[in-house]
Amino acid sequence: MRDQLEGSLGIARTVARCRPEVVSAYPISPQTHIVEALSDMVRTGELAPCEFMLVESEFAAMSAAIGASAVGARAYTATASQGLLYMAEALYNASGLGLPVVMTLANRAIGAPINIWNDHSDAMSQRDSGWIQLYAESNQAAIDLHVQAFALAEELSLPVMVCVDGFVLTHAVEPLDVPEQEDVDAFLPPYEPRQVLDPEDPVTIGAMVGPEAFTEVRYLAHAKQMQALDLVPEVASRFTQAFGRSSGGLLRRYRTEGAETVVVALGSVLGTIEDVVDGLRANGERVGALGITCFRPFPLEEVRAALAEARRVVVVERAFAVGIGGIVGQNVRLALDGLPPVVHDVVAGLGGRAVTRRSLESLVADVRAGRLEPGRLHFLDLDTRLVERELQRLQERRRSGPHAENILRDVGAVAARPY
Amino acid sequence: MASRPPVKFFQVGSFAAGNRLLPEQERTVQSDRDRSNALTKGHRACQGCGEALGARYVLDAAMRATQGRLVAANATGCLEVFSTPYPESSWRLPWLHSLFGNAPAVAAGMAAALRAKGRTDVRVIGQGGDGGTLDIGFGCLSGMFERGDDVLYVCYDNEAYMNTGVQRSGATPPGARTATTKPVGDEPGAAFGQGKSAPLIAMAHEIPYVATATVAELHDLEAKVERAMSFRGARYLHVLVPCPLGWGARSADTIRIARLAKETGLFPVFEAEGGEVVAVSKLRHPVPVEEYLRLQRRFAHLFGDPPRTDVIERLQALADRNIRRFGLVEEVAA
Amino acid sequence: MFEVRVHGRGGQGVVTAAELLSVAAFQEGKYAQAFPTFGSERTGAPVTAFCRIADGPIRAREPIVEPDAVVVQDPTLLRQVDVFAGIGPDAYVLVNTARSFDELGLSQLAVRLRPDRLVAVPATELARTHLGRPLPNAALLGAFAALTGAVTLESVAGAIRRRFSGATGEGNVAAATAAFAAVEPDRSCAHA
Repeated sequence: MRDQLEGSLGIARTVARCRPEVVSAYPISPQTHIVEALSDMVRTGELAPCEFMLVESEFAAMSAAIGASAVGARAYTATASQGLLYMAEALYNASGLGLPVVMTLANRAIGAPINIWNDHSDAMSQRDSGWIQLYAESNQAAIDLHVQAFALAEELSLPVMVCVDGFVLTHAVEPLDVPEQEDVDAFLPPYEPRQVLDPEDPVTIGAMVGPEAFTEVRYLAHAKQMQALDLVPEVASRFTQAFGRSSGGLLRRYRTEGAETVVVALGSVLGTIEDVVDGLRANGERVGALGITCFRPFPLEEVRAALAEARRVVVVERAFAVGIGGIVGQNVRLALDGLPPVVHDVVAGLGGRAVTRRSLESLVADVRAGRLEPGRLHFLDLDTRLVERELQRLQERRRSGPHAENILRDVGAVAARPY
Repeated sequence: MASRPPVKFFQVGSFAAGNRLLPEQERTVQSDRDRSNALTKGHRACQGCGEALGARYVLDAAMRATQGRLVAANATGCLEVFSTPYPESSWRLPWLHSLFGNAPAVAAGMAAALRAKGRTDVRVIGQGGDGGTLDIGFGCLSGMFERGDDVLYVCYDNEAYMNTGVQRSGATPPGARTATTKPVGDEPGAAFGQGKSAPLIAMAHEIPYVATATVAELHDLEAKVERAMSFRGARYLHVLVPCPLGWGARSADTIRIARLAKETGLFPVFEAEGGEVVAVSKLRHPVPVEEYLRLQRRFAHLFGDPPRTDVIERLQALADRNIRRFGLVEEVAA
Repeated sequence: MFEVRVHGRGGQGVVTAAELLSVAAFQEGKYAQAFPTFGSERTGAPVTAFCRIADGPIRAREPIVEPDAVVVQDPTLLRQVDVFAGIGPDAYVLVNTARSFDELGLSQLAVRLRPDRLVAVPATELARTHLGRPLPNAALLGAFAALTGAVTLESVAGAIRRRFSGATGEGNVAAATAAFAAVEPDRSCAHA
C-alpha cells in the first residue's frame, strides 16, 4: 500500500510482513524508530507469533538472533555504528555458522570522535565478516531489499545486512509502497533450516575445527558468497515479477551509455548524483552514474563491464581505509584491472557532512579538467585551513590537546549557520 | 525444596554413584542404565575432570526431567573444547556453541524462538565455566536474569580460566595460585577483597530459583536440576567442579575435594527462591580449611617455609563467615 | 520543486511540522520528501527540518540550501542560527511571533523580500488558545498554506488528523485554521 511514511516505519512494517519469529533489539541512534515500531507491532499482536527481546547490548542482540536461528526461527535485528562493532564477534560467528539472520544497518559513523550521523564506516568495517551487504539507494529500495534479504539469506544459509543511510533515509518521510502480507507470503515461504537444534534429531553446532579442515570450511564461506553473485540478481528478478517494480540486483546503471565520466557510489547519495548527472547531460556532458547495490560479494565482472568504456571513474564513498585510501575505490580499481579508465578515489559525507549537488558538480568539473590527481585520496569539501591550524598546533607544543576539541573550537560552537 | 535427608553410603565406603539397596524412585539418574548419557564417552577431558562429571550429572538429570526435550547453548571453554574435538562430538542432545561471552544470550534467543514456535515443551539450558559466566558473559547473564528468559543457566565453576592455562577469573578464591596470581614475595596468590558471588548476584535479580551444588553429592545435584526444571523463567545453578590440573590435585581426589569445599564452609551449598534462601546443606561438623587446602598445589605456597598462617587464617575467617551467614551449622542457625 | 526549511528548537515539533507538510502534499497527489537534521540533545537545541514538494519523484538527498520558504518556529533562534541563509528575493518567510518584524530586528530582511511574502503569525498564542499547549507547529502549517498556497488548508487538516486523533487532532486543526485565517482573512471561510 502506498503511503507517506518515515523510512524506519516503512522498513519496520516490511520486516513485520516477512514474519520474523524473534526480533532482538538494542537501541542506538538512528535505528531506534525501526525497533520501536516492531515492538509496537508485537505488542498489539499485529506481528505474531513473534518474540521481541529487549536485550542488554548489541552483542546480546546478535547472540540471541544466533540462538533463535539455530532453533529454526526466522531472526532479525537492527543496529548502527558502535553497536555493529560491539557485536563484531557475533557477526563472524553467525556467518561462520551459516545462520540466515537478517539485519538492518542504519549506517552511522564510527567514533572516536563520537558522531551519530551518517556515513559508511560501520558497514565497511565489517565488509569481511562474511555477511552479504546490500545498500539501499532510497527508502523504497530499503523496503524491497529487506524482503529480498530474507529470501537470499535462507536460500544461501548466510546472514544478510541491509544498509540504510542513517537519518538521511531512516528519518526521511517520503511516499513508500509497503508490500501486502499476501504478496510477501507468496514470495517468502516459511524458513526451512539446513541445520536445526531439534531434540528429535540432535546435532552439534559450533564444534572446534583445527588446521586439518578449517581452510575447507572457510573456502565454503567464500564459495557461498560467490553463489550470491548469481542469486542476488535472480532474487531481484523474482521480486520484480512478484511486485512489479525493479529493485535489488548487483548494480544499477544510470545513463552510463556513452558516458566518458562515471560516478560510482553506494546508498542514498546516488539520488543527488543522479540529479547532477541529469544536469550535466542537459549541458551535453557525457556523464553517468553507477550504483553498487551488492557490495559483498563484490560484483567484479559486472562492475568491469559497466565501467570499461568510460575514460574516467570517480568513486565517491562515505568511508575510507585509514593509512591507505579508498575502500570502494580499491575494489573498483581491482575490477578495472588492466583496462584504460582512470579511477579517482573521493571521500565525501563523513560523519553526516552533506554531499551537495554543488560540490558534486565541482568535483566532476575538476576531474574532467584534470585538476584531481588520480593516485591520491581526495577528501571532498575538506576545510584545509582547519587541518593546517591543527597541524601547526602539533608542531608548536607537545601538549597540543585533543584534535576534536581543538578543531571544534576553531569552527566555533555557536557559529551562525543554517543548520 | 530439593534437600532431602542425606544418603550415607557406609557399607560401600566409597563415593559410588548409586545404591541398589535404595528404592528405585530414590536412585540417581546416573544409576539408571537407560540414562541419556547426554555427554557421552570419548571426550577429551583430563582424568578426574570435575566439569565433565558435573556436566554429565546435570544434563542427564535435565534430560530426564524434560523427557529428552532439551537444547543446550554452551560457552567457549574446557567443556566445549573437550567435548567437540573435530570431527567428533560427545553430545547426544541438540547443542550449540557460539562464543565465549554470549551463552546466556544465545540461550535466551533459543527460548524465545521456541516460544514463538509454540514449542515451550522443549526446554533450554545455557552452560559455561566461571570465566564465561562471571566475567565475559556477565552482562548477558544479568540481562537474561532480569528479562526472566526461560533458561536454566548452569555455571561449572573450577575457579579459573582453565582451558587457556589456569589464569585468574572473578571466581578464583583468595590465596589461590594461578598463572596470573603467582604468590610472589608477600602476595598470597589471588588477592583478598576481589571476586564475586554469582549465586548471590543471581539472587539479587530475584529469579525463581538459584542453587549451588558440588560434584560430591550426586543426589543433591540431581534433585536441584529437577527442581530447577519445575520452574519457568530464569534459573541459575552454580556447580563447584574441581580441576585436578588447575588446582594441582590428584585426579582421584576430585570428589573428595569437592566435599571438603562444602564441609569447610568455603563453598556454601544452598537453594534460594525469589531472592531468599530457602534451604541449606548443613555441615555435619565444619572441617578446618587447612584439610581442604593441603590437597591442592595451588595453595602449596601457604604451607611453605615459613607457612602463611596469616592467609590460612583469613581463609578460615571467610569459611566461618559463610557458616554464620548461611546457617550452615545447626547450633549457629542464621 | 518547492523547498521549505523549518527552524525551531527540540520539543517544538519542528520535525513533525515538516512531516505533516509532506503528508499534506502527498494527499494532494504530489511527491514530497521531509527530513530533519538535529543533534543528540533532546529539548531546546536548534533543530532544522526540510520539506521538498514536487510533481514528480524526488531523488535529492541534501539539505535545502536555497529554500523557497522558511518557517521560523522560535524567534530566539535569530541570534543563534542563520535561518535565512540562501533565500532569494521571492522567498516566503513565516515567523512565529506576536511582535513586528521591526521589533525582531528584521527590517533589513523585509526590504529584501516581497512584502506579501513575509508574514508574522502569533502561532504559539493561537496554539495556547485552540490546543491548550504552546506547540506552534500546526498553526504555522495553516499559516503556511495561506501564505504560499503550496498545500491547501484541507490537506493540512487531513495530515494533522492522520497523525493526531481525538481532541489533540481537533485542537491542532483549529489552531491551523485560525492561523490560516489570520494570514488570509478572505479565505477564512475555507472549511478544514
